[in-house]
Amino acid sequence: MGQPVPVLEMTGIGKTFPGVVALDDVDFRLLPGEVHALMGENGAGKSTLIKVLTGVYSNDAGEVRLAGEPVRFTGPLQAQRAGVSTVYQEVNLCPNLSVAENIFIGREPRRFGKIQWSRMRKRSAELLRRLDLDIDVSAPLSTYSLAVQQMVAIARAVDVSVKVLVLDEPTSSLDTSEVDQLFRVIRRLSDDGVAILFVSHFLDQVYEIADRMTVLRNGRRIGEYRTAELPQMDLVSKMIGKELETLEQLEERTGRTHDRARDAPVVIQAEGLGRVGAIEPFDLTIHEGEVVGLAGLLGSGRTELARLLFGADRADHGGVQIGGRPVTLRGPRTAMRHRIAFSSENRRAEGLVEDLSVRENIVLALQASRGWLRPISRRRQEELADKYIKALHIRPADPERPVRNLSGGNQQKVLLARWLITEPRLLIVDEPTRGIDVGAKAEIQRLLAELSGGGMAVLFISAELEEVLRVSHTVAVLRDRRLIQQIDNDADLDADRVMQAIASGGQPA
Amino acid sequence: MITDTPAPVQNRPVATKGRVYRPNQRHIPVLATLALLALMYGLGVANYEGFSDTQVLLNIFVDNAFLLVVAVGMTFVILTGGIDLSVGAVVALTTVVAATLLGKDWPPGVVLPLVLLIGTTIGLAMGCIIHFFEIPPFIATLAGMFLARGLCHLISKEAIPITDGFWTSMAQERLRFGGFFISLSVVIAVVVVLIAAFVLAYTRIGRNVYAIGGNAQSALLMGLPVGRTRISVYAISGFCSALGGVLLSFYMLSGDPLHAQGLELDAIAAVVIGGTLLSGGSGFLFGTVLGVLVLGLIQTIITFQGTLSSWWTRIVIGGLLFAFVLLQRLVTRRAR
Repeated sequence: MGQPVPVLEMTGIGKTFPGVVALDDVDFRLLPGEVHALMGENGAGKSTLIKVLTGVYSNDAGEVRLAGEPVRFTGPLQAQRAGVSTVYQEVNLCPNLSVAENIFIGREPRRFGKIQWSRMRKRSAELLRRLDLDIDVSAPLSTYSLAVQQMVAIARAVDVSVKVLVLDEPTSSLDTSEVDQLFRVIRRLSDDGVAILFVSHFLDQVYEIADRMTVLRNGRRIGEYRTAELPQMDLVSKMIGKELETLEQLEERTGRTHDRARDAPVVIQAEGLGRVGAIEPFDLTIHEGEVVGLAGLLGSGRTELARLLFGADRADHGGVQIGGRPVTLRGPRTAMRHRIAFSSENRRAEGLVEDLSVRENIVLALQASRGWLRPISRRRQEELADKYIKALHIRPADPERPVRNLSGGNQQKVLLARWLITEPRLLIVDEPTRGIDVGAKAEIQRLLAELSGGGMAVLFISAELEEVLRVSHTVAVLRDRRLIQQIDNDADLDADRVMQAIASGGQPA
Repeated sequence: MITDTPAPVQNRPVATKGRVYRPNQRHIPVLATLALLALMYGLGVANYEGFSDTQVLLNIFVDNAFLLVVAVGMTFVILTGGIDLSVGAVVALTTVVAATLLGKDWPPGVVLPLVLLIGTTIGLAMGCIIHFFEIPPFIATLAGMFLARGLCHLISKEAIPITDGFWTSMAQERLRFGGFFISLSVVIAVVVVLIAAFVLAYTRIGRNVYAIGGNAQSALLMGLPVGRTRISVYAISGFCSALGGVLLSFYMLSGDPLHAQGLELDAIAAVVIGGTLLSGGSGFLFGTVLGVLVLGLIQTIITFQGTLSSWWTRIVIGGLLFAFVLLQRLVTRRAR
């Protein structure tokens, strides 16, 4: 049992973008015939590493060796010719052309310059049959499901070159049976000796298909493991890099009055609410004065869930009751009419208008809900702005300053003020503390606690588990776009138990 | 997913949840145009005396040969998802240059290749600007249009008659068969159509045109020569415009800076009515032929009617164009 020779070896790879170190001294190797998963949270450096490998980016440091030979690709085409093919999440084929053409275009069998359509169709049918796919290859690609399109993309990639196949999030828009079909194809290819680099957010799928995995975090390689030897629990903590030491309890764990919250009137109740490709149907009830925290890895469907409750995306399953009456959430305006407020994760792109002043930003949502024909008087605007600048400690306390000039934490408070002014019954806050300093963070957490004390229901979303635990009465755990468990935040709930729930998929471990 | 279509091709089991069989989905717009053409022809025959004469039909070809050639070039461009607004101006420029040079006793053997070269070069230049500087085709060809039209007026302020022997013989030569006739221009146009249809269906450059129209980004990632193809289609369109201009000068026996005003819009209308998607990637050359015939038939009907102003042609074309764009939208939406 000699050490197998890696088909691909990347050593000491470094890549810096202006202001960000995307990859720092990363080693990666791929053995022939293995399925190797590249794991890490968003921003860990997975896609940068893949782009270095496929020649989209050039690396600042380190070396890439393919079958022992040092290589330096200048583009995906060159990489493809050398035997490294990539199939992306979005299928990069031409939907208007036939399946056969998509496999062969650019390399069509010809005779005296004339394309031989029948030979092309026959050869592509053979190729697809090797992947267990028996379809009419003369039909346009767009008439087939996404899974089949992905398989066609793989067929093209495999026929062009067969050494290394990179699959970047191939399963994110496939359903369960389609995933099974894709996995059969992957296994067959790896049996043929193709080395497969597999990237996915779905832990179950990784454990099903991958032989080994490499974990990245913050642009560094954490380690290389055999899948069989790394429990899911350990993988999750390696990916997150639990930073339990930090952030001493600024606020006592709320740990109070669940009973009150349970008895309080229900604000919103979702039954079997879901949307294909975004989040599987879930049940969720939020009471007056209750803070429900959403916990889960990035990409587990936290934001998607919130967007359904706000009507920003239309649900295709189930329904919502607000204050006991069924409501169809046609869009954010309907939700706002029922006094649901949504403070977006992306405060720059979706929330604040940076060139407007603090005052103007604060009254924006209130004005929108009143309709533009009933303007709020200038004096009323100033009153409101002053009130919330004081209440939320917005600094500098100048209502006429453009929001652009405020720090991240204060911008976040302006955004909160905007929604609070509409006196919502349910406030959805998506990542309110991301990228702001510790002090501002604590203030926002305290503010949310005060608001819920006043009877407001809050749905709190954060990537930081500790924070979710500090603020919430109930923790809803998400994984792979599914709500797997709701846990009361009592004295003995801690980050480890939530992480365990994430890793085990909700079953008691 | 088992379809109940009895067609023998379909009896193989479809392995996955795959396609729902729809007969000739891509052909629907072309078939619609064909049906429309038949309907219009039927109406003409029923309502007007002498309309059923085959020569009426042939005259449509005779009168519109130049438009057909121009529309062929336009089909290439639109299939890539682009547009060429310069064709009318290039046609006019071709007639003016040809008439001027022939008036100075240049031999037709020199003038003919020269004007074709000029048209192709203009197209090539616009293609390069579109590709290398990433200028939207609409803007680049709009500039080309002004440039070519301006050049026409620079060369001559008024119409120049052509008296050259070769030109007049080409204009007057008729191929007669069984009491009917067509002009040589029709033969040239048909040859152009056949060559173009072969190129689009059976050569790599033709398929690349479709691929770029389908998804240019994907085409690039699949390693297709996107830039070369894109530049080529504008050169082809330029060549076709110049050839169309030559045919027009056969037909008119003059060069005039005011020739072919708005021809680019007729050509675009013919291509769209022929079922080619303006967004690119889908359509057939045969459809373009039908589109030109529809335009010609409308004119003929209005001539036969006699009492209608010729502007009715425009109104009907406008209505049809609208109907076809809607039809395309419906078809593409169903295909998703």
